[in-house]
Amino acid sequence: MDSTAHTFKSNALEALGDTRLQDALGRLGHGFPVKRKAAVERMPEFEALRDAARDIKDHVLGHLDFYLERFEARVHERGGHVHWCADAAAARETIVGICRAAGARTVTKAKSMIGEEIAINEHLAAAGIEPVETDLGEYIIQLRREPPSHLIAPAIHLAKGDVAEAFRNEHKQFPGDRPLDEPRNLLDEARSVLRERFLAADVGLTGANMLIAETGSIVLVTNEGNADLTHTLPRVHVVVASIEKVVPTLEDATAVLRVLARSATGQEMSVYNTFVTGPRRPDDPDGPDEFHVVLLDNGRSAMLGSEFHDMLRCIRCGACLNHCPVYRSVGGHAYGWVYSGPMGKVLVPNLIGIENAGDLPNASTLCGRCEEVCPMRIPLPRMLRDWRERQFDRGLGPAPARYALKAWAFLARRPALYRRVTALQAAMLGALGRRRGAFRHMPLAGGWTAARDLPAPQGRTFQQMWSDRGGPRS
Amino acid sequence: MTDSRAATLGAIRAALGRGPLPDQETAALEARLANPAAGVVPGRGRVDAEARIALFIAEAERVSATTARVAGPEAVPAVVARFLREHNLPSTVKLAPDPQVRSIPWSQQSALTVTEGHGEKDDVVGVTGAFCGVAETGTLVLLSGPESPSTLDFLPDTHIALVPAARIFGTYEEAWERVRAERGADGLPRAVHWITGPSRTADIEQTLLLGAHGPRRLHVVIVDARAP
Repeated sequence: MDSTAHTFKSNALEALGDTRLQDALGRLGHGFPVKRKAAVERMPEFEALRDAARDIKDHVLGHLDFYLERFEARVHERGGHVHWCADAAAARETIVGICRAAGARTVTKAKSMIGEEIAINEHLAAAGIEPVETDLGEYIIQLRREPPSHLIAPAIHLAKGDVAEAFRNEHKQFPGDRPLDEPRNLLDEARSVLRERFLAADVGLTGANMLIAETGSIVLVTNEGNADLTHTLPRVHVVVASIEKVVPTLEDATAVLRVLARSATGQEMSVYNTFVTGPRRPDDPDGPDEFHVVLLDNGRSAMLGSEFHDMLRCIRCGACLNHCPVYRSVGGHAYGWVYSGPMGKVLVPNLIGIENAGDLPNASTLCGRCEEVCPMRIPLPRMLRDWRERQFDRGLGPAPARYALKAWAFLARRPALYRRVTALQAAMLGALGRRRGAFRHMPLAGGWTAARDLPAPQGRTFQQMWSDRGGPRS
Repeated sequence: MTDSRAATLGAIRAALGRGPLPDQETAALEARLANPAAGVVPGRGRVDAEARIALFIAEAERVSATTARVAGPEAVPAVVARFLREHNLPSTVKLAPDPQVRSIPWSQQSALTVTEGHGEKDDVVGVTGAFCGVAETGTLVLLSGPESPSTLDFLPDTHIALVPAARIFGTYEEAWERVRAERGADGLPRAVHWITGPSRTADIEQTLLLGAHGPRRLHVVIVDARAP
């Protein structure tokens, strides 16, 4: 998918004026965050579970080569195949190749963010193979030909009327005047349409929430059961997963699962957690004959050891999106690429380059809510500041911001001058703003004052008041 | 393919600022894999047997599963027949070829028509035997295989699962321990299913609806051992 991350500001402006989107985002605010809070309150050990989950991922990242090799060996022992792919193009080619070899006409898919990242649907379609998304939200946005707007609720930006319209346009096999007013009607229709697709598919393509080195298993987490029909019914199961998804043991995977659903939807546990190990066994009455794991790097190894290393702990729960004041104002599409919200702002520049990421690192108030709720304790605000620094170092920010920062840096390195200039500024602005207490307009800060008033200072700087009170000088 | 494998592993090692791990460190990691340790285990599930069963029932019902507890296998057919009647469901039932399910005297209930096999397109009600239950979250653990086809857990509209009361454990860790003990260290079946309530989605306007792609109903029958 082509990125529009570089036009975040205009994307965001458009989103703010979209009343249907704003209604949907309002619903989000009353949903996931409230449920997460309740789930956390029911689990006295939650903070300890977060620490444990973080420590597991940190341990893995320090020994990623070892655990990937063990995982691969286990998959081989079980009769599965592992395909190492350095980038999106290699992964696409591999997946299309497996589908072609299987003579596939249709591929059912369980929602996979890596699938979005490598735009696999477009490439399957170009190869004459029909991809069918089976997660309800993902199916809806596939019909509407748009990208997901949330990690775990891809159609969260839509109203039921939008879904009904998409179904009327695409499901021509049903009477045009059928009732589609209620979510229940829409779900029942999707269930019946997709049930046929599940049964007819040649290949099932899933992501993986985790890979387990101990057993060569892949972990699939859904509430709908779509991933299970996707990997059980077709002849071939293909898993696409990025390399940082590996964990050592079943117990380690269990530890991560204990924080995943609680952080994501506020469920104690998702309905279906499935540990898939290899293809169908000789006596099995069902399951695929072939089992393939496509292991994708696509920029992850370059993040190891960098200031963005901790981002590789992310388990894609969506808690940071649900609690972000910016995400909740503009929704996922404004971010312009596959990943949105705080995690997207940190990850996307790593994947498509900071020069293509535009204002993403600045689309944050640095309020810190994302880090507070992140089950893996990823320091997202710190990493956003790191991206801002990199943008500055590479001359990528807007020119006025760069000049202002340079001017500030000049002053900040000269304390005596800094004190004189800020004292003068505080005195002037204090005198000018005494009557109203705030400024409606401010030269050089028109963008800031366009939407709010600038409070007037009281006439003296903090340092002046500190020394008046006899505070020690450091 | 070999090239990209070497390239990825090489990139990881370069980024971590080292070559392949020294033998001593590899041995420590091998030991960690060979002796999987439980980490933080919530206290909720670590209670005595009766409290475990009560917790399992409470947690399963919280997520919209229904439950019944019966004194022994001979009581199961009547409970199943009643459940189907109460929900206006057909009385044709597909059974998993599982010893636990086979031990039930199904023929006692002439109201039920039973067949055996894996799940198919038109199956409406499936009955399977769970490997165990986990009280912590009211979760069933099912192991795929000839006796427990995955298709029977997912295709029918109604899933009825039997679990012996003595096999309701407190925590997931106990379930893994039991899998390893009974199936051997390399004994994972093709699929281990943890199932917590019936299928659901909230993808349309965050409205929670049951029965997305998997079963609309999950009924768990907890079977106590026959009195000696």
